[in-house]
Amino acid sequence: MKMTIVVHSGDLDKVMSALILGNGILAMGGDVTLYFTFWGLQRLVRGRFSKAPLSKMHFMGLGKWMMVQRMKKNRVAEPERLMEDFKALGGRVIACEMTMELMGLSKDQMNDQWIDHYGAVGSYVKETENADNTLFI
Amino acid sequence: MDPDIIVDVIGETCPVPLVEMRKAVLKAEKGKVIEVKGTHPASKQEIPMAVDSLGLKLLKTEESDGIWHIYIRR
Repeated sequence: MKMTIVVHSGDLDKVMSALILGNGILAMGGDVTLYFTFWGLQRLVRGRFSKAPLSKMHFMGLGKWMMVQRMKKNRVAEPERLMEDFKALGGRVIACEMTMELMGLSKDQMNDQWIDHYGAVGSYVKETENADNTLFI
Repeated sequence: MDPDIIVDVIGETCPVPLVEMRKAVLKAEKGKVIEVKGTHPASKQEIPMAVDSLGLKLLKTEESDGIWHIYIRR
């Protein structure tokens, strides 16, 4: 099974969902490509991965703090670990170059060790051509 | 059953048991026996599903004192 996921949201809960789905597919023998664009691309900027807000109940950081405490208590894997596992299992990451230009980001600001390819919509289409499924998160 | 590799995911939750199982499978040589032990209920059902999807052999599943043990042949 091959899947592509557009990670448009930069919210912690949504990026985690994309990574958990991705890791599950890789663990069961599939192929996954994550296409990080717009707010999602912010998560690939060095030092900003865990700066993500919650999509709901963020409450200026208090809600996120409570969620992170609950995640630790329930031993939910931290987002960084999910990303490291995604790469260790062979997951592919594409960073949207148009968003980088729009937001004034250069490659040396990005977490380059996670990124397999810098591309635009054509790269997403090419990856999705042979996919069984695609998601937009 | 004497496993060649033991994957301890006791106390871990989704998706860690599946991911650690997959990492062990990637590392193991063909024919080796991997034991995965954990407590996450859904993973007890889903690791055998993954074993099937990966075309591996599920040797045995057992549970005692709330800890399940899944044996897989690479």
